[in-house]
Amino acid sequence: MCTYLTSTEKVAGTGLGAQGWFSIEQAVVYFDHPQEAPVEHALCIDFRAGEHADPSQRVSVELDARSARTLAESILATLAHDEVRALGVD
Amino acid sequence: MSSDRIEAGTITLTSGKGDEIEAYHARPTDAESYGSVVVIHHMPGYDSSTKEIARRFAAHGYGAVVPNLFHRYAPGANAGDGAAAARAAGGVPDAQCLEDVAGAMAFLKAEPGANGKVGVIGYCSGGRQSYLVACNLDVDAAVVCYGGGIVATPEQLTPERPVAVIDMTKDLRCPMLGLFGINDANPAPEHTARMEEELKAHGKTYEFHTFDDAGHAFFWVERPSYRSEAAREGWHLIWEFYGKYLEG
Repeated sequence: MCTYLTSTEKVAGTGLGAQGWFSIEQAVVYFDHPQEAPVEHALCIDFRAGEHADPSQRVSVELDARSARTLAESILATLAHDEVRALGVD
Repeated sequence: MSSDRIEAGTITLTSGKGDEIEAYHARPTDAESYGSVVVIHHMPGYDSSTKEIARRFAAHGYGAVVPNLFHRYAPGANAGDGAAAARAAGGVPDAQCLEDVAGAMAFLKAEPGANGKVGVIGYCSGGRQSYLVACNLDVDAAVVCYGGGIVATPEQLTPERPVAVIDMTKDLRCPMLGLFGINDANPAPEHTARMEEELKAHGKTYEFHTFDDAGHAFFWVERPSYRSEAAREGWHLIWEFYGKYLEG
């Protein structure tokens, strides 16, 4: 199947691409055919420099569904940790 | 019909609205008169696999053009970057797709040796676009390869794709060949049954084939979804179908 389900989030951060580090403004999340991973479908995230930036300025990951879920839980658990919460940055 | 000599390469295509996009063109050079096909790429983009399909059509004696439907989002970018940029922008609007395919049709019809007949074929999201084209442009034959989203709920409609393609069936202008895999989730067998119901209701000429042991993207040679038997039989059906409607 091909899905049209796409979430585009404004994010702030940096990513390491082929040309070095760059500012990330957008994260596009979808579950569809990957470009490279040898699976039929993958949870794909494109971290992009922004809507009008060079399209090659992106960091792309393609994860199988279980890996993606594990990663999401890991991110949330990390942010929920007392040491992180004590910093008051979230 | 087959051709021993072909030529292929990138061209600049003028879309129906007059703006220019990149496209890939392949044609037989040893045929005096040949039909043509617009090849619509899949969601992963204007890639080497799709260009290979265009060359395959040329080797079988057809002219073929693959318009890069993602060109406007990332001119000159590679297939992956183009697909990512198009997705981030919400995807290709149906109206824009029709303009680009109309440009490809005009180009093919104007080619020396072209017999004036033009078909369309699309894979994955391109399968949906092939159905869209067949209901809106004067093509002579349409092939839909596992087009997802043809049957759409109101919640699935977007500003870019505002009308469910299934609801355009009454306007279908040419015979249609549909090739599907029984294990596909979109289009699932209930979706293809719904399409058949609509095609029958409007008295359209069509033939659908659903292959066992195949899911989505069974033609895509480089992926684990590839199924050699379904692909082999699918190509055979395509040659028969286009032979009937595009040659002569």
